[in-house]
Amino acid sequence: MNKVSKDNFKQEKYKYGFVTEIESEKIPKGLNEDVIRLISKKKNEPDWMLDWRLSAFKRLENMSVPKWAKAEIDEIDFQDLYYYSSPKDFKEKPKSLDEVDPKLLETYEKLGIPLKEQKVLAGVAVDAVFDSVSVATTFKEKLNEIGVIFCPISEAIQKHPELVKKYIGSVIPVTDHFYATLNSAVFSDGSFVYIPKGVKCPMELSTYFRINASETGQFERTLIIADEGSYVSYLEGCTAPMRDENQLHAANVELVALDNAEIKYSTVQNWYPGDENGKGGIYNFVTKRGLCKGKNSKISWTQIETGSAITWKYPSCILRGDNSTGEFYSVAITNNYQQADTGTKMIHLGKNTKSRIISKGISAGKSSNTYRGLVSFHKKAKNAKNFTQCDSLLVGSECKANTIPLTENSSNSSSIEHEATTSKISDEQLFYCMQRGLDAEEAQSLIVNGFCKEVLQKLPMEFAVEAQKLVSISLEGSVG
Amino acid sequence: MLEIKNLNVTVEEKQILKNLNLNIGKGEVHAIMGPNGSGKSTIAHTLAGKPNYNVDSGEVNLNGEDLLSKDPYERSLNGLFLAFQYPIELPGVTNASYLKQIVNAHRKSRKETPIDAGEFLKILKEKSKLLDIPMDMHSRFVNAGFSGGEKKKNEVLQMDLLNPSLIIMDETDSGLDVDALKTTADAINKLRNDERSFIIITHYLRLLEYIEPDYVHVFQNGSVIETGDKTLASRIDQEGYS
Ligand SMILES: Nc1ncnc2c1ncn2[C@@H]1O[C@H](COP(=O)(O)OP(=O)(O)OP(=O)(O)O)[C@@H](O)[C@H]1O
Ligand SMILES: [Mg+2]
Repeated sequence: MNKVSKDNFKQEKYKYGFVTEIESEKIPKGLNEDVIRLISKKKNEPDWMLDWRLSAFKRLENMSVPKWAKAEIDEIDFQDLYYYSSPKDFKEKPKSLDEVDPKLLETYEKLGIPLKEQKVLAGVAVDAVFDSVSVATTFKEKLNEIGVIFCPISEAIQKHPELVKKYIGSVIPVTDHFYATLNSAVFSDGSFVYIPKGVKCPMELSTYFRINASETGQFERTLIIADEGSYVSYLEGCTAPMRDENQLHAANVELVALDNAEIKYSTVQNWYPGDENGKGGIYNFVTKRGLCKGKNSKISWTQIETGSAITWKYPSCILRGDNSTGEFYSVAITNNYQQADTGTKMIHLGKNTKSRIISKGISAGKSSNTYRGLVSFHKKAKNAKNFTQCDSLLVGSECKANTIPLTENSSNSSSIEHEATTSKISDEQLFYCMQRGLDAEEAQSLIVNGFCKEVLQKLPMEFAVEAQKLVSISLEGSVG
Repeated sequence: MLEIKNLNVTVEEKQILKNLNLNIGKGEVHAIMGPNGSGKSTIAHTLAGKPNYNVDSGEVNLNGEDLLSKDPYERSLNGLFLAFQYPIELPGVTNASYLKQIVNAHRKSRKETPIDAGEFLKILKEKSKLLDIPMDMHSRFVNAGFSGGEKKKNEVLQMDLLNPSLIIMDETDSGLDVDALKTTADAINKLRNDERSFIIITHYLRLLEYIEPDYVHVFQNGSVIETGDKTLASRIDQEGYS
């Protein structure tokens, strides 16, 4: 196959794999104090933020890369990465979209995320993060009117320091583990959301993360605070160009729900997964944690994980408030040589806390897909309840699926219900569907979508259809 | 329309069909009877293109085209329908969305646009009523937990929705109660016309009393040993195969 047609072929499978030809400005490679000071300076940060970063970096020097996950991973040389990259001449975030570089607008247009407000999906506000900077946020004024703050975290640090100071690191301690600490030291951009008391946010908030530059890590940081009695639904999407090298994405996401507040957080993760031989792809090492701080609060995580060469992520809930609820709905799909090790932790601290875990793992090709979960009931968690269901679906015979559900129980009035199944798409099922006129891929995608429908239905309506297509595309080429 | 010539088929290294010959004309109804294990389902699966059914030699033409070189889904799109002896369960896939999807696959191959949701519901209601299928069955998963008879009716419903030109029914009557057998047979009779051919595999005379066949073939040991008209079915019913 000549080069051109081969590239075309790849493009069809991962249609977000293009590179935006835009000059970028990078801080020199390497991880050291100077780099951290430079990032902080670029962001025009106050001293307290720089000090916070530096203290994280100090801690990092004595930490090492975690090895818990079931994944084979090449050693990462942390000195050989760029920690900050932004489109050149991007001194300050443009005030309006008219000032945004047309190349960037075009990039998001190509990704299916038009940023011009008249064109965007009605009812969805978007923050677009390109490498290390937020390039545009839509519907900001409209949200401002009702007191909702939705802006890049770099902006929040300057404009709402009291909120950021109070909550950053309050859910994921700076010293949590290597990647969380690394993120605390070098994080670049991400979204900040504050929903005031009693406000039900009238539109979906969403952030679209794009890694463009090569040899660059993306370290996003997102903080969402839902004040008493408020509600917000937030969605993040991610893509990256196809590159032969592995790229690191290590995000920290913290959610705080106060009394009677609810946060619904959805992810459609479609980072470049590497090619069919396992070359390239994103290392997606993400720490996501929500704190149900107030009574009757609720946090629910929904994730559709189809991309990345390696995914490690365990969106978790700390159920501190009495009667609070945590939910985790996950579809993780691995194909070719992808590796996913994902799950959740539900930490029950308060009385009558409830959690619900529905995990659907689909493995195809030579991939490996692990569910790893922890449900923990502390002494004071009287009448706490958990329901866990982990289903694995195998496509072909060369892939692996593992389920590792752990429990810790120090409360004697609590209950855990656990169900797990492993199934294979049978030849009989495929033949049956084909006898009715579906080709092999359609037949497989029908069965797979049926398998994970319960989770797909939890996504905001606007994205459910997209997600269904994504599920089918991710498994392309896996029917024998 | 369908010509089977000297067909030899091996499954799992065991030869099942031996020099089978059969001709089915347009609009004809052929019944196949025969003892357990004689190869009736094997011919049905072979015609539908089930993987691992190895054709060692022989020929099959459907409407003048070589059938055996086609993929199973192409055979379906070309008008071949097999009602399974044991319909397969598809957990997670709701019956309504499945039915709509297979209808759309056929429409697409005819270069028609996908069916409108309202129109589909109307058709589904009509056809379900004919078979006495309650509508709430369509919000359940395909065949999952369906009773034996419900599964068979669901096969006939699909047959009706897809408008095939060659219908193979593999023991569609087994598992149906007396009333259901009558309703189902009535629905099948409505599908009979000059263009559409049927192969009806059955053990029982009863179905053939409702759906009168033009020919009856007796299968034994992988090939046809006797062919006659419907009186042959009555004789078998009384005397058995031996
Ligand atoms: N996968 C297989 N492996 C081995 N033998 C098989 C396989 N499939 C079918 N056979 C054998 O082929 C023979 C014919 O089977 P077939 O299902 O066609 O019979 P049948 O005439 O439909 O019987 P019944 O009336 O019981 O439905 C049987 O002896 C059966 O055991
Ligand atoms: Mg049979």
